[in-house]
Amino acid sequence: MSNDNSSHISGYKDHLFVLAILITFTVITVAITSVELNAFNTVAALLIATCKAAIVLLYFMHLKFDNKIYLLMTIFVIVILGAVIGVTLFDYLDQ
Amino acid sequence: METAINAHQETHHDLHRDDHASKLGMWLFIFTEILLFGGLFVVYSVYRTKHHVAFHLAHEELSIAMGLINTIILLVSSATVAMSITAIQRGNKKHAMYFVAATILLALVFLINKYFEWGAKFEHGMYPGSDLMQMLSNGDMLFFSLYFFMTGLHGLHIVVGMTLLIITLVKIKKDLVRSDKYALLENSGLYWHLVDLIWIFLFPLFYLIH
Repeated sequence: MSNDNSSHISGYKDHLFVLAILITFTVITVAITSVELNAFNTVAALLIATCKAAIVLLYFMHLKFDNKIYLLMTIFVIVILGAVIGVTLFDYLDQ
Repeated sequence: METAINAHQETHHDLHRDDHASKLGMWLFIFTEILLFGGLFVVYSVYRTKHHVAFHLAHEELSIAMGLINTIILLVSSATVAMSITAIQRGNKKHAMYFVAATILLALVFLINKYFEWGAKFEHGMYPGSDLMQMLSNGDMLFFSLYFFMTGLHGLHIVVGMTLLIITLVKIKKDLVRSDKYALLENSGLYWHLVDLIWIFLFPLFYLIH
């Protein structure tokens, strides 16, 4: 049937484990950016933020276990957004 | 008689029920939200490269501790809403209600923190359109305008998410959302995770990087 939700059920502990990883990443970002590293600060902070976003999407938003069509569509949207950001920044950094 | 009508409406309603389609609809909406905030992030990045020094100095006005506390609050609330889905899938109504209530409470704490954070800025005469804002240099003004606009828009999403979660909580209590019918909780949860997702980028961009 189209309404059966009998898919993967994540346990409470799985969610708490993911939460612990996300909080650890947050603390690492704050620690890294408190040190003066110039441009590396930004790169590191955004890289960690992207990892955190991926974890939220895959585990909390269930993309890893859900119908793969959601994962494909999300990747597609992220690629488009990445292209827009990339092209704009290349244009401005060139000036 | 009335129960019979209600039962009829219930089955009639269920005939048109399509959980997969409603989830797909929520995802499509989430994509538009990602593109909306993505566009704002592009605006922020461009002005940041153009006014690098001003953005660097202005960002020091924001409290990292406050931002960190709010980040952790949102991460925990994301976990609690995910756990409420686990609970409802297992048929544990009580736990599901506790977890949704906890999420709503955490959202409220986030907003209270935001109130104090913004309030302190307002007290110093720093708010959109204020005399102080007009006197700022171009770069400072852009930083604070973007800060108020983007965190304000995010705050609006918190309010919408809270409203959705309150409606869901009432429906769980009335057994309208239950172990064999929890698309509303799943979709409210997805929306709530989106709010968290946006904050994951707002926090480093405004509070941390320099």
